[in-house]
Amino acid sequence: MSKVIKFLQGNEACVEGALMAGMRFYSGYPITPSTEIAELSSEKLPKVGGKFIQMEDEIAGIAAAIGASLTGKKAMTATSGPGFSLKQENIGYATIAEIPLVVVNVQRGGPSTGLPTSPGQGDVMQAKWGTHGDHPVICLTPDSVKETFDLTIRAFNLAEKYRTPVILLTDEITGHMREKIEIPDVSELEIYNRIVPEAGDDYKAYHVDDGDIVPKMAPFGGGFRYHVTGLMHDETGFPSNSTQNADVLIKRLMGKIEDNKEDIITYEAYETEDAEYLILSYGGTARTAKAAVKKLRAEGIKVGLFRLITVWPFPEEQVRALSEQVKDILVAELNFGQIKLEVERVVKGNANVRLCGKANGEILTPEELIKAFKEVL
Amino acid sequence: MNNPLVENYFRMDKLPHIWCPGCGHGIIMSAIARAIEKSGLDKDKVCIVSGIGCSSRAPGYMDFNTLHTTHGRALAFATGVKLANPELEVIVIAGDGDLSAIGGNHLIHAARRNINLTTICFNNNIYGMTGGQYSPTTATGDKGTTAPYGNIDRPFDITQLAAGAGATYAAKATVYHVNQLQKYIEAAIDHKGFSMVEAVSVCPTYYGRKNKKGSAVDMMNWLKDSFVDMKIAEKMPEKAVGKFIMGEYVNKVEPEYTELYDQVIERLKR
Ligand SMILES: Cc1ncc(C[n+]2csc(CCOP(=O)(O)OP(=O)(O)O)c2C)c(N)n1
Ligand code: SF4
Ligand SMILES: [Mg+2]
Repeated sequence: MSKVIKFLQGNEACVEGALMAGMRFYSGYPITPSTEIAELSSEKLPKVGGKFIQMEDEIAGIAAAIGASLTGKKAMTATSGPGFSLKQENIGYATIAEIPLVVVNVQRGGPSTGLPTSPGQGDVMQAKWGTHGDHPVICLTPDSVKETFDLTIRAFNLAEKYRTPVILLTDEITGHMREKIEIPDVSELEIYNRIVPEAGDDYKAYHVDDGDIVPKMAPFGGGFRYHVTGLMHDETGFPSNSTQNADVLIKRLMGKIEDNKEDIITYEAYETEDAEYLILSYGGTARTAKAAVKKLRAEGIKVGLFRLITVWPFPEEQVRALSEQVKDILVAELNFGQIKLEVERVVKGNANVRLCGKANGEILTPEELIKAFKEVL
Repeated sequence: MNNPLVENYFRMDKLPHIWCPGCGHGIIMSAIARAIEKSGLDKDKVCIVSGIGCSSRAPGYMDFNTLHTTHGRALAFATGVKLANPELEVIVIAGDGDLSAIGGNHLIHAARRNINLTTICFNNNIYGMTGGQYSPTTATGDKGTTAPYGNIDRPFDITQLAAGAGATYAAKATVYHVNQLQKYIEAAIDHKGFSMVEAVSVCPTYYGRKNKKGSAVDMMNWLKDSFVDMKIAEKMPEKAVGKFIMGEYVNKVEPEYTELYDQVIERLKR
């Protein structure tokens, strides 16, 4: 077993993680602050027999990745704000057609071209609702370089296991920050590969076999000739206009994520056991929040941090349980309260919910957060 | 029905198709199946990709690996399929709107890369599926539901567009000249590099009705009278006056994209 210590940027760690997870295809379009992911993929993929292609735009970037995934390759595309907007239609396509795929969004300041080189966390709701129609979403967000590595692997694993696009939401802070990380040997990692049908199986492309979570996925060219469409379809994969059938399909798609929340949701609860106050944060901003919690604890204030690692599905039960314990929840995020709204929704009035947020391209400092926190005392 | 071509290459349980009586799209679909048969391709190794439109419904009826994608994006999906698995013969089916309006960017870039995809454009000069709006190939002056006073846009010649963008095979024929059409599709499949065949189709339901082109038969006759073979046009230019030109516009050999990529992989092994 060989462990390697590297000094990496978050974006680089993302590529290292992706390769370890088995990524063999990358297609995308350059955009700050995600570009290093494309650059490093273009360098590394052909060395392992994988493929990289710079497409003509972000729509094509995700489309090609979906096509590649259908041939059995693990595929990824990365982008930032404006490009994430362009990818939305095909995120929905991959969701309904159940195509495993990792979509990375290194968030910057928005809306529009906004602040290309500054951090932001304004895309958390877009990650959930960006594509039209009701649909399930898995979205993960790391707070460090090491966690970017780990969560990229996890994103691939979840994509393969649940046959769905997984959104990895990082930000300019974690994407460009450099940290020392230990890269484990691949043998130490848990790598999940999609289940494929056996040759000779009577294959119905969208039928879930007993004991499986999702339909088995045959690679194009593997001898199972089947149909894939973004239209509502039945178990065979062919379009169906039946409302009864649509009901079955949409509920199955929602259910495969909803029913497996325990497997999908991860979070960090720091100093929450005896906490009377809570700061809730995620991504790069959670580092500020942790520093603030440490300082406040040193002053003897019983405050804890709840850090989202899985943003969607939202850890509703965990946050609600904490809301019964604490008096006040301060949500720290680089936007005008997108997750605060979600926290308010789930705590149902159990605790006071406040926001410490901004969207001007600056990061929050521990001092700002402590000041905002102390307003409640 | 006892037609070996149909039984072999179509999903019998998905027929009959959804197209209107007299629609030209079925003729093109059959020509593609016959061309695949002639080319002797293994069905398991053929992937047919389409976007959204009446034309893009064709893959659902065809017994291959079939991928019905989002409007305009078929070539981008197909690029991923082909680059990830160059063993597959990837054929793209796209309407004129799908390929040259919303998907125009993907068309020029797939052509520029010279990636080994075979694109068949079902060009009925209209947005059929959404009910007859003008498309980038609707002639100036023609009517559509969004051009009630006559279209003031200038149309694309899709074959020349692909050729200009770098397609190494580009040809045009019509659903009236179906043998010629099939021959071009065969050549496009056999061609290594980006190939496109523009199959001029008819939409009697919307384009025909809006423009008083008569019945489906009248529209077929119109195709017969309006198109002249390139070779005839060259020999007897007087016969080509005011007519559209059918034929092979481009047929040349240039390095193919997936092969170039494989060469990069090989070089890195040393
Ligand atoms: C993003 C998006 N925009 C618009 C549509 C609506 N739409 C569906 S098919 C179509 C045009 C189809 O025309 P064409 O590609 O020429 O195919 P035809 O139906 O004529 O064969 C349009 C505008 C859509 N499905 N998706
Ligand atoms: S609307 Fe036009 S293109 Fe569509 S099926 Fe009918 S005739 Fe064909
Ligand atoms: Mg059309």
